[in-house]
Parts: sequence; C-alpha cells; structure tokens
Amino acid sequence: MRKLGKKLMATVVAATMALGLAACSGGKDTGTTTAGGNKTAEKIKVGIINNDPNESGYRTANDKDLKAMFCDANGYDASFAYSLKNDEQITAAQKFIQDGVDYLLLSAADTSGWDSVLKDAQNAGVKVILFDRTIDADESLYVASIVSDMDKEGETAANWLKDQNLSEYNIIHLQGVMGSAAQQGRSGALDKLAKENGWKIVTQQTAEWSAEKAQQIVQSVIDSGESFNVIYAENDDMAKGAVEALDKANISHGVGKDVVVMGFDCNKWALEELLAKNWNYDGQCNPFQASYIDEVIKKLEKGETITQKVIIMEEKGFDASTITKEDVEKYGI
Amino acid sequence: MKSKFVFNKQLLIPLAAIVALAIFNLIMDPSFFKITLGTNSAGHPVLSGYLITILDYGSELAILAIGMTLVTAASGGQDISVGANIAIVGSVILRVLCGTNSRPETLQAPIIVAFLVACVVAMLFGAFNGILVAYFNIQPMVATLILFTAGRSIAAWINNNELPIINEPSFGYFGGYIPGIAIPTPVFITIICVIVIMLVLKFTTLGLYTQSVGINEKSSRLNGINPQMIKFMTFVILGLCVAVAGLIKVSRLSTINYSVIAKDIEMDAILAVALGGNALSGGKFNMAASILGAYVIQFLTTTLYKMQVNSEALSAYKAVVVIILVVLSAPIVRDKLKKFMEKFKKKEVA
Repeated sequence: MRKLGKKLMATVVAATMALGLAACSGGKDTGTTTAGGNKTAEKIKVGIINNDPNESGYRTANDKDLKAMFCDANGYDASFAYSLKNDEQITAAQKFIQDGVDYLLLSAADTSGWDSVLKDAQNAGVKVILFDRTIDADESLYVASIVSDMDKEGETAANWLKDQNLSEYNIIHLQGVMGSAAQQGRSGALDKLAKENGWKIVTQQTAEWSAEKAQQIVQSVIDSGESFNVIYAENDDMAKGAVEALDKANISHGVGKDVVVMGFDCNKWALEELLAKNWNYDGQCNPFQASYIDEVIKKLEKGETITQKVIIMEEKGFDASTITKEDVEKYGI
Repeated sequence: MKSKFVFNKQLLIPLAAIVALAIFNLIMDPSFFKITLGTNSAGHPVLSGYLITILDYGSELAILAIGMTLVTAASGGQDISVGANIAIVGSVILRVLCGTNSRPETLQAPIIVAFLVACVVAMLFGAFNGILVAYFNIQPMVATLILFTAGRSIAAWINNNELPIINEPSFGYFGGYIPGIAIPTPVFITIICVIVIMLVLKFTTLGLYTQSVGINEKSSRLNGINPQMIKFMTFVILGLCVAVAGLIKVSRLSTINYSVIAKDIEMDAILAVALGGNALSGGKFNMAASILGAYVIQFLTTTLYKMQVNSEALSAYKAVVVIILVVLSAPIVRDKLKKFMEKFKKKEVA
C-alpha cells in the first residue's frame, strides 16, 4: 500500500509539473504573439507588479482600478504580476525588464532590496513608477511615487473629531497591526490631539484589523462598566466588530446618539452604514492610483519632466450627516 | 473512587490555571465576577459580564479543541489549516445564503441547508488532509500546510472576492442570542458538541482506537485495527468541528473578512490541547482537559483585555503565561512534580 501510494504520488507530481510547464509555455506563446503584432507597436508597454488582490478589499479595488485603466482601449499593453513576497516581486521585475517594458509600476511588498533591480531598469531605459507604497531606494531610481499619506488620514479624522465639540471625550481606540504604516499614521494623529486637548483614552488596544478581536475589546470595556462616547477604529472591520458589541449591550450609536463611531478605508458597506446614520465618520484610504499614474505616463510620453516626485493623493473623510448616495457609489471600495 | 481520581489528575493543570486566573482577577477587581441582566438593542434580555464573555468567545476554540485532540492523539501531529478552513466554511455558508448577489434582501436558501453544505465541504477538506496524512504518510503539519497557505485564497475565490453581508436577523442567532434566551447561543452549541463527543467516546471504541493507534501503530494493526482509517476519521471529525466553529464565527458579524477571520486560531487550538496536558506526540488523551484548556486561553485573553495591557506588550504577556502553563503541563514536569510531592508526603509521614 505504501509503495503504491508513493508511486501514485510521484505520478501525480510529475503530471502536475508537466501540465504546469505546458501552461507556462502556452502563456509565453500568447505573450510573444501579442507583443510581435503590428497593433502593439504604438502601444505603451507596462509591467505592473502588485500585491495579491485577495489580501484585502483595498487591494481588490486597487487591482480593479489598474486593470480598468491599463487596457488595450486606453493604448496600453499591460502585464500583471502578483505576489506578497519581495523576492518573487523582484524576479517578476527582472522578467519585465527583459521583456522590454516601457514602464514598470510597482507596489512593493517590502521596502528594502530593490536597489539593484531598479538600477538594471534604469540601464535598460525602463521608467519606474511606485504606487501605494514607497521603498528604501535612491530617489533617482524612480520617476514618481504615488502614495497615500497615512499621517494626513489620521489628522483629518482626529480634526473632524475635534470639530464635533463633544462635551467630553472618552475614547476607545482600536488599533491595527502594530507597526504598519496605516496604524502608525492613524494612531499618531489621535494620540497627539488627545494629549493637546485632554481627551481621555478609555482603552487603547490592538485588534489587529480583526472585527472579532475588536468586538471582544469593546465588550471588555462594556463589562468593566466604564463610560465611553467615541469609538476610533483604524479600519472598517474593527468598527463593525465594535458596533456589534454596542448593539448587544443596547448602547446607541451614530448621528445624534450616545457613541460616535469612526472607521477607515471606505468600504462600500461601511459607507452604507454612514448613509443610514449608524456610524459617524469614515476616512478614505485611496486605492485609485491608476488615473494619477496615467497622468504621469502621458506627461512623460509628451517629453515633459516630472517636477514633483512624490505625489500624494487626495483623500477624503466622510461625515454621516453630509454623505450622499453618489459618494457611496463613487468612493466605496 | 481511587481510579477516578487518577483519571482526573490530568484535569488538574487547566483547572489550577483557571483558579489562578480567577484569584488574580478577584484580587485586582472583584467586579470581574459580576453578571448583570440587561437588554440588547433589539429589546431582548441578555446576560453580560466577563464570565459570560469568556464562555461566549471561548466556544469556537473549545469546539476546535475537540477535533484537534483526536487528530493529535491519532496522528501525533497537528492540523494547522484550521483557521484557513474556517474561512472556507464561512465563505461557503455565505455563498449558499446569498447566491450570486453579495447583499441579498432575503436569504436564498434556508440556514440549515447552508450549514449542511458547509459541513460537507469542511469534511471534504478534512478528508483531503486525512488522506495525505493517513495514506501518504506525510507529516500532519506539512500536509496541512497546503490548505494553511491556500485556504484563504480559496475562501475569497468562492465568493468572487466580494464581501457578502447578511441582513437577516435570524442568521445572527448562532453567534448572538436567540430572542428570549439570555445566554449566548454559542454556549449551547458548545455544550451540545461536548455532550456528543463525550457520548461517542463513552459508547464507541473511537477513543480507545485513536489512543492505541497513537501509542503504537504497528501493534494496533496486529490487533485488527486499521490505523489509516482511524487517522483519516479523526481529520474528518475535525472538519466537522471546523464547520460548527465557522458557523458561529460568520454568524457573530453576519459577514466575513477572508484574511483575518479566525486568524491564528489553529495555534490556540493546539495550545489548548497542550494546556490540557496531552502529549503533542500522540497517544493517550483527555478530552475534558483539552476543552478546559481552551477556556483557559480565553480567560487569559479576556483578563489581558480587561487589564488594558499595552498593545505592543500584549503578545509578550500572553507568551509568558503560556510558557509557564505549558511547562507545568508537560508530562515530564508533571512526573517530576508527582515524585517530588510523594517524597514530600513520605517525609511528612516520617
């Protein structure tokens, strides 16, 4: 039985490998034919390296946006590569450079280790545009970097909270995974304003972006009997978990109610909660970089130079009392 | 009477841990044990308090600990794909309930159907792990690494990477409260699961066979037991546990987030088995001790949240307590302690 099992396994493995090879070569064939065709000659060739679209709602929206922009109809010949691992991304970058792309668009999984491959790109005349994430490399190695300013997102939210002029501030602060850029920016701004204005932070705890953990943390505050009137959650999921705990304890939340609920990321369902006035605020983390990138490429194609290397995207904060249905459709991810 | 006491000795470690945590909380703040009857936003009565919270949120872990104990005992290894499988199960349940529309007005199928489909799917994935482990003799941790890596992507793919949300209130009963009953439903679900497994262990040979396979595979084969079948079955049973835990998880929020749902729960489940004093290398096991171990972990988590430990230090605190508990519940240390106690007693007698 064991021997048979091993033989069977070996056959299966061999078969999958063969199939994989066939699939790979098939892919390559189609790749070269499109590249060699007449139509693609005037098209701009871009290689896009992104994180796995399954990673989060943000990434899914980001990937959709890029795919919609960099298509044949808009004059682009785009190839995509996805990975959450830096070394795989670097390999993909090398392949794109060998394929002779005009532009390399990059959302790096990790900030370091990109110098040599970007130098190769420069030597090969490939222009590199960073989106979503910056890297630790010399500025001369890329032409532009289109990013979100997490500090500013936090500031917008914290200032909004200040403008509410609540009679007292007792805040439950639900943090994301400690050390992530989003957590640092969003926590930093609240910490600063809380110190300046003497706001009371009832609890400050990491729920690691998870709704269930947020639910437990808020439940624990409710169990302790401490009073609070603001929930500052660093993403929508955690805000949802918190609201679930509030509902259980019959604590009202939303516009004109006992507890102010704040979230981030502008998921469509979260904006719908805003529209229903169950939540008060949602801060945007803009995943729609494609139009910015397109603008940069068009400028470069015309021979203009990019004066401003770091482009910070416009990001909004939505207030439940002013949000409209159109906003939900337009900005929801 | 005497033999019963010996049987329960393994229970001592998780029980002692719970008592220690309880005393710690009693000293820090006696209101920890307060339970109040209130109403939720729908106007139904609910009990609340830290103890209720522990029983409530410990449910999934306790259910998973049941399956994990069996897998550990039979195969001498652990299933690390549990969290990813919960994501798959949750995704399947929502997919069946929502159909193709990610935000349906009404449910597209009865909840029981969705749950049964999820059970079948979870048992299939359990069977997949089981076949790799039992028939291909792959190390359990390596075999389950496949689903550990791929599971969350599969879960996202099942729903086309959309995030379905269910508005139907009755779906929330499984992770919340049934109207009119003040105790959280997950507690009842756990009690049912525990009763079922206890009955199975008492009236069937499952417990005996798993232990004998875990202790010595060859000699159990010589005694007419099919070790491969037993190992395979434990993985399928774990699959069933995953389906139940997954239902509770998605019901709590009526939605799912593929990348974070039940994250790292497999590690907690393995820990629960270890805290129960069960050898992770397989063989003899004590189911009740594992289940208690699960509640120890939840007790600890809730205590840490209550103490408002600094976010950066949270995992460090947890690690320290866990190290102490695991070392104390390790069979070697227990033997040493036992000998020490015996010596101590002899001296006292003398």
